[in-house]
Amino acid sequence: MPYVPHTESEVRDMLETIGVASISDLFAEITQEMRPKSFDLPEGLSEMEVLSKLEAMAGKNATDRTNFLGAGFYDHYIPAAVDALTMRGEFYTAYTPYQPESSQGTLQALFEYQTAVTRLLGMECANASVYDGGTALFEALMMAVRKTKRRKIIVSEALNPIYRVMLGSYTSNLDLEFVTVPHKGGMTDIDGLKAAIDDDTAAVLVQNPNFFGSINDFTELFAAARERKAVSVISAYPVLQTLLKTPGAMGADVAVAEGQSLGLPLSFGGPYLGIMTCTKQMVRQIPGRIVGRTQDSKGRTGYVLTLQAREQHIRRQKATSNICSNQSLCALRALVHMCALGELGMKRAARLSVERAHICAQRLTAIPGVELMTKGPFGNEFAVTLPINAFEIIAKLTARGFVPGFPLGRYYDGLENGLLVACTEKTSEEQIGIFAEMLKGALK
Amino acid sequence: MKTIFEKSVPGREGCWPCEGMAEEAYIPAELLRDGDIGLPSASELDVVRHFTKLSQRNYGVDGNFYPLGSCTMKYNPKFTEIVAGMPGFTRLHPVLPQLQGAGGLCQGALEVMYETENLLSEITGMHAFTLHPMAGAHGELTGVMLMAAYHKDRGNKKTKIIVPDSAHGTNPASAAIAGYTVVSVESVDGIVDPAALAEVLDDEVAGMMMTCPNTLGLFEKNLPEIVAMLRKVDALLYYDGANLNAVMGKMRVGDVGFDIVHLNLHKTFATPHGGGGPGSGPVGVCEKLKPFLPISRVAKLEDGQFFLDYDYPKSIGYVAPFYGNFGVVLKAYAYILRLGRAGIIRASENAVLSANYMRKRLEDHFEIPFNRICMHEFVASASRQTKNDVHALDIAKALLDKGYHAPTVYFPLIVPEAIMIEPTETENKETLDRFIDDLIEIAELAVTDPAAIQAAPVTLPVTRLDETRAARAMELTDDL
Repeated sequence: MPYVPHTESEVRDMLETIGVASISDLFAEITQEMRPKSFDLPEGLSEMEVLSKLEAMAGKNATDRTNFLGAGFYDHYIPAAVDALTMRGEFYTAYTPYQPESSQGTLQALFEYQTAVTRLLGMECANASVYDGGTALFEALMMAVRKTKRRKIIVSEALNPIYRVMLGSYTSNLDLEFVTVPHKGGMTDIDGLKAAIDDDTAAVLVQNPNFFGSINDFTELFAAARERKAVSVISAYPVLQTLLKTPGAMGADVAVAEGQSLGLPLSFGGPYLGIMTCTKQMVRQIPGRIVGRTQDSKGRTGYVLTLQAREQHIRRQKATSNICSNQSLCALRALVHMCALGELGMKRAARLSVERAHICAQRLTAIPGVELMTKGPFGNEFAVTLPINAFEIIAKLTARGFVPGFPLGRYYDGLENGLLVACTEKTSEEQIGIFAEMLKGALK
Repeated sequence: MKTIFEKSVPGREGCWPCEGMAEEAYIPAELLRDGDIGLPSASELDVVRHFTKLSQRNYGVDGNFYPLGSCTMKYNPKFTEIVAGMPGFTRLHPVLPQLQGAGGLCQGALEVMYETENLLSEITGMHAFTLHPMAGAHGELTGVMLMAAYHKDRGNKKTKIIVPDSAHGTNPASAAIAGYTVVSVESVDGIVDPAALAEVLDDEVAGMMMTCPNTLGLFEKNLPEIVAMLRKVDALLYYDGANLNAVMGKMRVGDVGFDIVHLNLHKTFATPHGGGGPGSGPVGVCEKLKPFLPISRVAKLEDGQFFLDYDYPKSIGYVAPFYGNFGVVLKAYAYILRLGRAGIIRASENAVLSANYMRKRLEDHFEIPFNRICMHEFVASASRQTKNDVHALDIAKALLDKGYHAPTVYFPLIVPEAIMIEPTETENKETLDRFIDDLIEIAELAVTDPAAIQAAPVTLPVTRLDETRAARAMELTDDL
């Protein structure tokens, strides 16, 4: 039987030690009325059979399409070292580092991860990660609510709509009020957001670049929030953050990000990585695991989980969050990814992505009837307005091997002709050329 | 050991050629950051060596026995990594099935989700499953949100959730985050007592969260009575699946009357814990709760095609950006296919056999507060050793010196000096015997030379770490 080592004679010996006649005696407390009404599962398969079944299923998924789809989730190159190092069993098959002396590897790696993401985002503190960028944003919002004891949340409509739907779901049983400030042609309406902040405001939530790819400096907005003692929360894109003005430099109190673009495959939606950073002032509000540096009894440097008094296993219902785990292995992947590429490689990947997107935008907007939707600077993703419905174009081009982007009409009424196009360093100029030709043909 | 930042040498290039890198020309200077980021500059070999050395300062199931109670640290079969790494799965963009005309491009992935939901439903006797929750505690939160949606829909005024005193800390925390007041119910003789439950049960109770077997490793034999009591006030019964590894094929959660269940694929279904995640916490529900499940739902058309169904007007919405931790689900699916019906039953039987064997062999050396047939784990106590000033923590550290990971200590909270041991079904008898012998030796040493145990560990890269200093100094990054 797979993965169970006991032989028949060992089972007999063990039963004898226990003092029962059979294994079923061990389950005697489960009376007949509690026994399963059915347990109709398939018979087991060999390893080879399972692999061939799964290979066949994987084969039903198309991986030969050229992808201009982003929407917050990007296909960046992952160096081979990431898999090779993170798959080591010592990391892979460990649990949460409850025994620090035998978990210094995980703990130091998470400490280094915290260091890397705080530097990337220009913030002071980080936790050891949460589930994904959406839950990170929800947790950031709750930090603000706890800190300010206020209940109004101001959110930009240009913030990823997938996250906005998540926030709505998570807060449906909480007494919070959301004020959504509409986007202006795909741009974040900074003046509108500023005007919405009042003395009841717990937090103002923005994204950079926003969902449409548009880049902003939120320094003034965050200053306005601080004046009213509201908490500034920003959702960032880690790859571009190697180039862009940091949330810290803008004066954000909490900066979160989806870490998928740092060494995690798209993998149909997960596992991903919720990056959470904040100022020192906010650190006692941050949920989840945090690693701190300390010393052992001989004065040697070591690492432990710290500030645990915030957490559910100590505080139970009074905890900052119910979160128990983090995405440790995903955080490790992100760290190895950043180290393998290094300071220069990270910047180069970002610059290439931005360059490709600008070449792509140029090619697409040269097609009659195709226009850039947003007027300001963008990074590796941009929104265009097509002369016809974007859903139709997506269906047409996808059938021909090119997934042209995300249909903005899926979440924004009135933007049915809007298409969100993303490039990464993996997008070649040749692919961009073919894509532009195809789009031109499809619009004729 | 130095951090990778301390090893960094400015200008040293990683695995990506960077010569002749152009200045940023597309974004105005005022929107760019100043100066260096401060990420490491190291050669690829520097990086490989750093993380290899770090891994050698870590401890996983692959290395040795990991009897961490309540965490089900069973062997993680290697072939499941091949499955999760298949390009047909890793390269799939999650938005793809949401695009018109692109559903045909991810039929295999949708089928995996559909089939996994069905298998989990059959294993637990639930009506439907969602794979979206990304960890056990996330499943709990989803479950409590489902409770709230159900009661709102029924027009019920409910404010409280009952949690036994033996529960995991995540249970009360999840209930509180969903807006409920938490009411604790005391255990009697290690299990929930219907009379104690009756004292706290009233019309305002939305539901009760239970772990079965509970965190003492004991089966909750009053379940049928508890179910009947909750039904009377239209309260829902929630099953924390942390300990499902004890009862597969022996009891189905749905059959005995639980309304909501979360499973921990990273425990029961052998996906690796990765040092604390990613996990996966699918949630199953009875028929009346299906309309409230998170969207999207994967569905099958008559022609055999799979699609995402968003037409659930009563749904609690999105708990994840997409479909949960799909890469983790894949591994669990492969594991279930590999074991099959007989293998899954055998897993639970042997997990329970091993736990009872260890309990029996230890009973003369350690206090075992509820010393009767246990399920997949049991809770011992260091209460006898405390008279020599040796505590559960000291015993845990002494076990580290013997080359093991320690059991869970000081949990559940209702047992003083708790040492919670869960061997799982995948450890052989020699390992169990050696561990027991070592533990007995530690118990003896606690009498003859307590100082030796109090000083443990001495064989690891660090001795005991100063947690107070860590909390006070708050050195959370490599910056001074």
